[in-house]
Amino acid sequence: MKKLIALLLALVMALSLVACGATEEPAADAPAADAPAAEAPAADAATGSVYYLNFKPEADAAWQELAAQYTAETGVPVKVVTAAGGEYSSTLNAEMAKDSAPTLFQCGNMAGLKDWDEYCLDLTGTDFAAELTTDAFNLYNADGALKCVGYCYECFGIITNIELLEKAGYTVADITDFASLKAVAEDITARSAELGFSAFSSAGLDSSSSWRFSGHLANMPLFYEFRDDGVTEAPATITGAYLDNYRNIWDLYINNSTCTGAELNGKTGDNSKADFTEGKAVFYQNGSWEYAGLIEAGMDAAKLTMLPIYCGVEGEADAGLCSGTENCWAVNAKASEADQKATLDFMTWVVTSDAGTTMMAEQFGPIPFKAAKTPENVFFAAANDLTAAGKYVVTWAFNHTPNVDSWRATVVTALAAYSADPTDANWEAVETAFVDGWAYEYSVVNG
Amino acid sequence: MAKSKKSSSVNLVQRPIKKWAPLFILPTFAAFLIGFVWPFIQGIYLSFCNFNIPTDAKWVGLDNYAKVFKDAGFLNAFWNTAAFAVVSIILINVLAFFIAYALTQKMRGANIFRTVFFMPNLIGGVVLGYIWSMIFDGILKNYATYLTANPTYGFWGLVILVAWQQIGYMMIIYIAGLQAVPEDMLEAARIDGATGSQTLFRVIIPNVMPSITTCTFLTLTNSFKMFDQNMALTGGMPSIMENGAKINATELLALNIFSTYNISKNYHGVAQAKAVIFFILVAVLAITQQYMTRSKEVQQ
Repeated sequence: MKKLIALLLALVMALSLVACGATEEPAADAPAADAPAAEAPAADAATGSVYYLNFKPEADAAWQELAAQYTAETGVPVKVVTAAGGEYSSTLNAEMAKDSAPTLFQCGNMAGLKDWDEYCLDLTGTDFAAELTTDAFNLYNADGALKCVGYCYECFGIITNIELLEKAGYTVADITDFASLKAVAEDITARSAELGFSAFSSAGLDSSSSWRFSGHLANMPLFYEFRDDGVTEAPATITGAYLDNYRNIWDLYINNSTCTGAELNGKTGDNSKADFTEGKAVFYQNGSWEYAGLIEAGMDAAKLTMLPIYCGVEGEADAGLCSGTENCWAVNAKASEADQKATLDFMTWVVTSDAGTTMMAEQFGPIPFKAAKTPENVFFAAANDLTAAGKYVVTWAFNHTPNVDSWRATVVTALAAYSADPTDANWEAVETAFVDGWAYEYSVVNG
Repeated sequence: MAKSKKSSSVNLVQRPIKKWAPLFILPTFAAFLIGFVWPFIQGIYLSFCNFNIPTDAKWVGLDNYAKVFKDAGFLNAFWNTAAFAVVSIILINVLAFFIAYALTQKMRGANIFRTVFFMPNLIGGVVLGYIWSMIFDGILKNYATYLTANPTYGFWGLVILVAWQQIGYMMIIYIAGLQAVPEDMLEAARIDGATGSQTLFRVIIPNVMPSITTCTFLTLTNSFKMFDQNMALTGGMPSIMENGAKINATELLALNIFSTYNISKNYHGVAQAKAVIFFILVAVLAITQQYMTRSKEVQQ
């Protein structure tokens, strides 16, 4: 019996050795399979290499293709790895600890820059920075060094199905402020049975959709408050002076929607998008990044446009779309000099070469560089038309939000309760989440 | 003569085992060192540091621990976890025991029932969380409310989910224990005229104490380490401002540690400190529980 046990034990050990060997094999293979990395030592000394940690999964294929083309043209190895939004910061943390850390990464707002400042190369005076047409989307650290460059920008507002709007007897020109938006929306709601569609797609508060309201819609009261107070960096407290306007627009969304307020908590981003693409709703609050998805879902570009978000603030007939960015590039200051140079050369090539600018226009719309190509995305055309007509740009005030995910979660909780039961008491909870929540999160982050 | 022959054959087997054991243990031991011991020590070190990535840690002493005890969210998560552990340990073990008891009686289809009850355990926690959140929301919709409207819904939702998932697993352990209860003891109890409940409490339960030890240990540690299900079912929502501080009303400890890490780089060390406290807590509880239930085990 003992002999048998001994034999079995030996077998198990032997097997576990084989198992260890088996798991090691692919690991040992990996560098060999990764051709650019294997060639790297030879190329390294002269030209360095590029490792880009991308955070837009939808652009991954385009980046891979562009990287391959750059390598073919110049011989400089470019590795692109994509970590989706939710995974980005943990991936960045893990990758930065490695010997072969990313040389090019995303650092989207001041909070991010505070965390990564010492890893961000000062880009002042580089050839790449010389290609920029505007300083509006760049991030500077406390010492005034240019650390992160906004390589594209985005805009959001109320995406509108012009065809359905006309079916209801209105044109885009009829909507110029909150009162006219409200009149149109309520008229559509009154006739929705006859028309066969609703005014707004569901303002879902599932986590796949709630950021549109706790983040983007909340930008409206934040923007106007900060504009009044001349705020330029994250304030410790906010007053919520424009929260009544926030309530105006939120009431409009939930009362003129494809579903009831109590159902909103479970509605997802896909639900809302489907409401819009299937012609069940005229309006859909979202951003320029949705363009490709809407076209893919079979919508006609000529019948789409984007309206500013109106919420009843004085003078808002002059408002444009909400434009800003969290897409900022930073170069790893702790990478070797050769790698830094290779990375900067690659970035310059992306924003100057024909292949690079074509890809950027297709994937990211307009980019703030001299050689930029005009994108076909109609939402940017709408943004440009509004700016050309002298309307003011609503900037992304929400970039100042302290401990942003946590702050938004509290606002979403309160919004969901209010939507299910729109009483004044429940709205007070939204105000508490907004104002007290801000002060609390600020103290957590800076305390 | 016979005795010495036996011992020499034992030596023949045992001596090479003793001699070569270290070699055979080495790969596993190395894996254990690299994959467990080293990260564990580094984790404790990092709990005293401010760091963005582990290689640029700066020593800050007890600052992180001071922050942990000032955090209302952590204390709230602790009490949530304690309440959740108590409820789920009782519920899961009682139900698992009685299902196991029923399925060890002679009944048609007992094997099919065992399989069916065990199956939920094969589904991953995140998947279960999302599926159950749809089920709960679907039911609560009829009452014009939803799962994250009220912390009580989220708490009991999690209890139901975890009970559904784990009862089958514990049931298997109890079935094994029940089948090992000596038939002659049960027969003696019958002959002595013991009632059903006397047989249960005086004969069966003392004999399955080893299974109870195992199952309470598993349910205790599972409840304290609960993460996936908590994240997928409610994600800690609703988030409420209370007395000037914010709490995630259905957040358990593991999820609280996870979300602390993501606040900013100054909180990486705080999350690490929470994890160390969490480890000590679970270790103390598990050891105490083992000691208490072991002492009730009987020698057959």
